[in-house]
Amino acid sequence: MTDSQTVTSGAITAADGTPLKKKLAQALFRSRVRAVSLVVPLFAFVMASFVIPIFALMWQGVYNDRFSTYTPNLTEQLTAWDGLAEPGEALFAALVSDLKTARKDRTIGRIATRVNQEYPGTRSLFTSTARKAKKLRAPFKESVIKTNKKWANIEIWRAMKLTSQDLTPSFYATALDGRYTVDKGFVAQNENRQIYVKLFWRTLLISASVMGLCLLLGYPVAYLLATLPLRTSNLLMIMVLLPFWTSLLVRTTAWIAILQSQGVINDLMVAVGITADDSRFSLIYNMTGTIIAMTHILLPFMILPLYSVMKTIPPSYMRAARSLGATPTAAFIRVYAPQTIPGIGAGGLLVFILAIGYYITPALVGGQDGQLISNMIAYHMQKSLNWSLAAALGGILLAGVLLLYWIYDRVIGIDNMKLG
Amino acid sequence: MSGLTKKLIAIAGASVFVGSTAVAADLTVVSWGGAYTKSQVEAYHKPWMAKTGKTIVSEDYGGGIAEIKAQVESGNVTWDVVDVELSDAIRACDEGLLEPIDHSTLPPAPDGTPATEDFLPGTLHDCAVANIVWSSVYAYDSSKVRNWNAPKTMADFFDTKAFPGKRGMRKSPKVTMEFALIADGVPTSEVYDVLGTEEGIARAFAKLDTIKEDVVWWEAGAQPPQLLADGEVVFSTAWNGRVFNAKNAEGQPFEMVWDGQIYDLDLFVIPKGSKNKEAALDFVAFSTATEQLAAQASWISYGPARASSEARIGTFHSDSSIKMADHMPTAAANFKNALQNDFEFWADNADQLNERFNAWLAK
Amino acid sequence: MAKLPPYTSTGEYIWHYIYRGICGLIFLFLILPILIVLPLSFNVEPYFSFTSGMLNFDPKAFSLRWYEDIFRNGMASPDTPFGWSWLSDTWNNGQWIRAIRNSFFIGVCATLLSTALGTLAAIGLSRSEMPYRRLIMSILISPMIVPLVITAAGMFFFYSKIHLSQTYLGVIMAHAVLGTPFVIITVTATLVGFDKSLVRASQSLGAGALTTFRKVQMPLIIPGVISGGLFAFITSFDEVVAVLFLASPEQRTIPRQMWSGIREQISPTILAVATLLVILSIILLTVLELLRRRSERLRGITNS
Repeated sequence: MTDSQTVTSGAITAADGTPLKKKLAQALFRSRVRAVSLVVPLFAFVMASFVIPIFALMWQGVYNDRFSTYTPNLTEQLTAWDGLAEPGEALFAALVSDLKTARKDRTIGRIATRVNQEYPGTRSLFTSTARKAKKLRAPFKESVIKTNKKWANIEIWRAMKLTSQDLTPSFYATALDGRYTVDKGFVAQNENRQIYVKLFWRTLLISASVMGLCLLLGYPVAYLLATLPLRTSNLLMIMVLLPFWTSLLVRTTAWIAILQSQGVINDLMVAVGITADDSRFSLIYNMTGTIIAMTHILLPFMILPLYSVMKTIPPSYMRAARSLGATPTAAFIRVYAPQTIPGIGAGGLLVFILAIGYYITPALVGGQDGQLISNMIAYHMQKSLNWSLAAALGGILLAGVLLLYWIYDRVIGIDNMKLG
Repeated sequence: MSGLTKKLIAIAGASVFVGSTAVAADLTVVSWGGAYTKSQVEAYHKPWMAKTGKTIVSEDYGGGIAEIKAQVESGNVTWDVVDVELSDAIRACDEGLLEPIDHSTLPPAPDGTPATEDFLPGTLHDCAVANIVWSSVYAYDSSKVRNWNAPKTMADFFDTKAFPGKRGMRKSPKVTMEFALIADGVPTSEVYDVLGTEEGIARAFAKLDTIKEDVVWWEAGAQPPQLLADGEVVFSTAWNGRVFNAKNAEGQPFEMVWDGQIYDLDLFVIPKGSKNKEAALDFVAFSTATEQLAAQASWISYGPARASSEARIGTFHSDSSIKMADHMPTAAANFKNALQNDFEFWADNADQLNERFNAWLAK
Repeated sequence: MAKLPPYTSTGEYIWHYIYRGICGLIFLFLILPILIVLPLSFNVEPYFSFTSGMLNFDPKAFSLRWYEDIFRNGMASPDTPFGWSWLSDTWNNGQWIRAIRNSFFIGVCATLLSTALGTLAAIGLSRSEMPYRRLIMSILISPMIVPLVITAAGMFFFYSKIHLSQTYLGVIMAHAVLGTPFVIITVTATLVGFDKSLVRASQSLGAGALTTFRKVQMPLIIPGVISGGLFAFITSFDEVVAVLFLASPEQRTIPRQMWSGIREQISPTILAVATLLVILSIILLTVLELLRRRSERLRGITNS
């Protein structure tokens, strides 16, 4: 627009004598400033209370200074050590002096916890040696090994060398069922400790099943709602919207009441005679329960986008296909269904994105095989207190979700997201 | 429109008022909930409040040191006294999350024995004072198990052929793995040596594999009696006091099997930076006096941590025909095949075994 | 669709009714869990199942004891006769009452914050002059998409450092962030159909920017603002993950109380609370529907 103005520059001026081009630019600038200043407060708020905290969390997945903070001398010596030669007197001397301080400051537990994450089973080695550190005399290598011969094991020193590096790939390695070592780089984790990759797959599998079920159940309902007269469909819409507006915990509670072994469904089955009283079905506290409850909770997120797409498809298309000789099935598959693909994409992606990060429902009804990766993140946050590992697992999950979100925005556009 | 805005503002104003009148207490004491917290409220909280005129708010939690750590590290400590397991007390103390407790401030026994000698060995620590000895056992619903076929040993719990039915177990490797080894024939004195080896771990998991299909996992101590009462399970591992109370206070038909019991301590700790440290110290000293510990034992069947309290254990508060001393984990009849939880073993191996346990669960 | 066209074949007739039947079952799946909670909350027995007395409509099988328990749970002396001291006891000590008060307080504050900020931002975002519109929009919507565990964990660390965790302000801020995407989406939706010539008309009649906003734009977007606010409120009211990570027992909300109830001692009191929450959501849904109709009327879109 401004380009076309340049051609006749100088010729047109505004009422106050300034060139129109300049005036226009000023006006545009002003309205741009106005628009930006409306958005800035929320943007700043979301940045400060949401985006930055998440970045700070992600940072913890690769940065952990627990060890180096409390063992300054040892860290210095470990950095100088190549990790291959037998540890010498200087390392042992630094160890003893740091353990003494740590014992006095009550920080020994933090050091031991950090090393124990890298090399399990060494926690008490640190705490017990720290208790005796005050009495140890030079030469330290000899006296330390005398208190506990595990100190002669070079693997412990290598583990310490790893933990002394603040910037570390080892939590991401663990999150992908691997281990990072000084001498061999990345290696696969001991087979009976491999769990996270499997959990990621299971999360994807459950999310995909939930998405598939939502599509299977949501499609017919959305079609019915879109083709019924408005008055009737509005009434039926309440049945979709009421669950949508009802508390997640209420719905989860309801499913527990229905599915548990002394619950409504099992009682009904026993009363009808489908099953005996002592062989009731296990419908909850397992993967089945997770999938049923999650499908119920996410179904409205599938129905609503499908419905809004289907409502825009004129019924005359189907009639035209029929009049041209198509069977009802052919007309539906070749004429109607292709037009609903945007709705399927929107609903499916939304359900998948929400399912992949689910936490509450699996935690309450998931039992042992219905847990998702979010539950493992919460476990490391709240129980094992390995916060860096939680951050690494969260980082992988977040990357996956953001990728899906980006696809959603490219394909469907977030402006087109509708509620109710 | 403006009417609506005004109303919204009025609602907001009203709720600001509502929110600001939140309870202010002189002391927040955190424990495990249910019958156990009730016993503490009756034996410790009420007399302490009567003595000092201060108020106590009692909160429930599910164990672990995550909350303490979060509070201490954020500098916003809202818990004053917490009832924790031994391994957690040691770990939190090592990490500098707890206030040290001077043992000389603890009251002596009525006969003048100093506290340091009166407390049972291993019950006093730098930052923690034990109040009870409790035990993990298993219980069953006697209305669903025929008398001649009642389980008697830990091995019976793992024998689904002779004792069919679902089993409840705690969703944690701690205690669960020890039970598996005991059931597999490992003598209690060797359990931790075996569990320290790779073969021992494999052996425990192999034993657990035999009942995996029949297990319902529980997480909170209040769940096992509930699972038994609801008929979700026929057998369940549980904390002995909870089963005792379900049986004697609620009349549930539960029986306990003491064989292979694993006992542990519960201790009082004070998070570092507690805003009511003086009151907290006073509460801990008051509650762990001979009289109070003995009084608690009449509310729940957990053993007092002081030698001088044992002689004073009376009868159940609501039924004087029940002698509480017979139901303690440490009573001679119950103590025949018992194992003490090794806090050091679990401090070293909890991370690793949790991971393997979770991997095993997910298999 | 109500009446089938005359060329329908027999097979189609049969399929038509089978299809209706399937849809009926799906609707049942959607609504039944919510409805089943209602009668069970009046069960006199502490079970989660229908007793034979309930099925025979025996009045003795029903009771309000679980609703009473909402008030009694946590009271210092639950056995005192009903009166002022009873009321003040339950108001100050009742665990559920405390949770209800917290939920409303946090919900209302978070809603006001997210509605105010969200509405302003939506107006700015709907202007064509807004630079980097798409990127900024996707950042502002992201709290709805990012898994709650990650959000809550991040907030837990960051808020701990700045002493906001375990405070009302921290929980309110967390809930406000989670609610803003809904406000933006609903307000933007009302602005999409907005006729720009109305603004020009107003300006040509001599109204300033502020007057135009107040007299022309505001009445049109207010239904969107209120329904966005309702969404934000229900988001906060239903949120439990952030509360699990950020709140101390003092800030315990209804969902948090239900969470520990379900995990530990599952009592029918939870069903009674659930029933009350279902009634609340029915009320909110009705308000929303009325607003939608009003908005459509104002913007000149007529139904059917």
